[in-house]
Amino acid sequence: MHFSLNFAPLAPYWPVFLEGAWLTLKMTVFSVVIGTALGTLVAFAKRSRHRLLSRLCGIYIESVRNTPFLVQIFLLYFGLASIGVHLPTFTASVLAMVINIGAYAAEIIRAGLESVPRGQIEAAECLGLSKWRIAWHVMLQPAIEKVYPSLTTQFILMMQASAIASQISAEELTAVANTVQSDTFRSLETYIVVAALYLALSLLVKLVAWAAGEYFFKRRRTVRRAAAQTAQAARRRAAAARAGRPDVSGTSSGNATQRSAS
Amino acid sequence: MIGNFSLTYLAYMVQSIGWTLVLSALAFVLGMAGGFLVMLGRISPRRWLRLPTQIFIEAIQGIPLLILLFIVYFGLSVYGFELPSIVAAALALMVYTSAYLGDIWRGCVEAMPRAQWEAAECLSFSRWQTLRLVIIPQAVRLSLPPTIGFLVQIIKMTSLASVIGFVELTRAGQIINNSIFQPFLVFSLVGVFYFVLCYPLSRWSASLEDRLNVGNR
Repeated sequence: MHFSLNFAPLAPYWPVFLEGAWLTLKMTVFSVVIGTALGTLVAFAKRSRHRLLSRLCGIYIESVRNTPFLVQIFLLYFGLASIGVHLPTFTASVLAMVINIGAYAAEIIRAGLESVPRGQIEAAECLGLSKWRIAWHVMLQPAIEKVYPSLTTQFILMMQASAIASQISAEELTAVANTVQSDTFRSLETYIVVAALYLALSLLVKLVAWAAGEYFFKRRRTVRRAAAQTAQAARRRAAAARAGRPDVSGTSSGNATQRSAS
Repeated sequence: MIGNFSLTYLAYMVQSIGWTLVLSALAFVLGMAGGFLVMLGRISPRRWLRLPTQIFIEAIQGIPLLILLFIVYFGLSVYGFELPSIVAAALALMVYTSAYLGDIWRGCVEAMPRAQWEAAECLSFSRWQTLRLVIIPQAVRLSLPPTIGFLVQIIKMTSLASVIGFVELTRAGQIINNSIFQPFLVFSLVGVFYFVLCYPLSRWSASLEDRLNVGNR
């Protein structure tokens, strides 16, 4: 059977594809933001001294992590419908995604919280910081910064898992693909296009996550600036040495060279 | 509410767990073979081998498994490859698994100290001997917890095979639900079955990780 790839019949559908991608992105953003907040709360609750609370959080985390997303989404969409709660597909899929990512993020953030040295919390207590300030400044911020890469990976996995929402006919990218391929009979091409779109979305999420990390983690910026300054100073000193003007003024080498030049 | 949920349905569900396990085993074994090759390619000294492998990993990790399944099942059928759904599912899962396992194992191999490579070189081992006799035995120990953790993922991911009509646990749940329409009960049961399959593995992975860390400390 002769067959060749032909993307031309897909061209008229590009607004549909973009709309699907946009919905996928919207679902991802909603679930990531709410889910991370939920995960943070659950992570703290899991560490709390109340046995019941921490047990409940443990049950939530383990039951979400050990069942497939597809089953969770079915349970939420069809299960709730059978007891009279009819959710729109978008709400149902975002809710399922929030519940899912909440459990994973909780586990990741908890690992970060556990890596905060006991001594630092004690030091903060000695400084008389309130419970909330300790939780925010001493525990959560460094914890998030430390586990940020695995959190980002989880976000990208979540973006891909949103494809499963097509099974309850949320009109996101994968559902769009199914419609388009049954319209055009170009299934391979359609799915290749969609795969490429998902790849692009993954890159976009990675990029946004990176930019957000750069913006929010002040320490990272400061460290990098300091490193750049040291490197620059070293380079200037080396240049000065090469020019036959040994520079001995140390850190204020910039001023020194300027002064000797003028 | 449980009225017309009979034992026959339960038996059908339990039976379909078998297919979930078969598919998981297929995906895992094939994926391990593929992942090993991916790992070898990724740590190869040859650039022309390293680069395509990295592109492969990045591409597969950027595409949802569902789309891979569709490409293999619906996409290839236009070329005349009418694959049975289990073959298509196994193939897609294999590709997916090999990309992830390859990346996990690469990390484990690269975590081995440089000095181990150099020592093997001083013994005039070939590259393959170095890998087989020095690096891999140590890396396996390190890679065991994440590999078992990923096995849990695979078991869960086989639920997607229901989409292309392969009758495993989730599909069985859908079929039963279509006939008695008690989604809450049916999908809860399906979830419980998956939990029973996955939870022991998760615990095993976690305990291995703990033990390994103690060894390193």
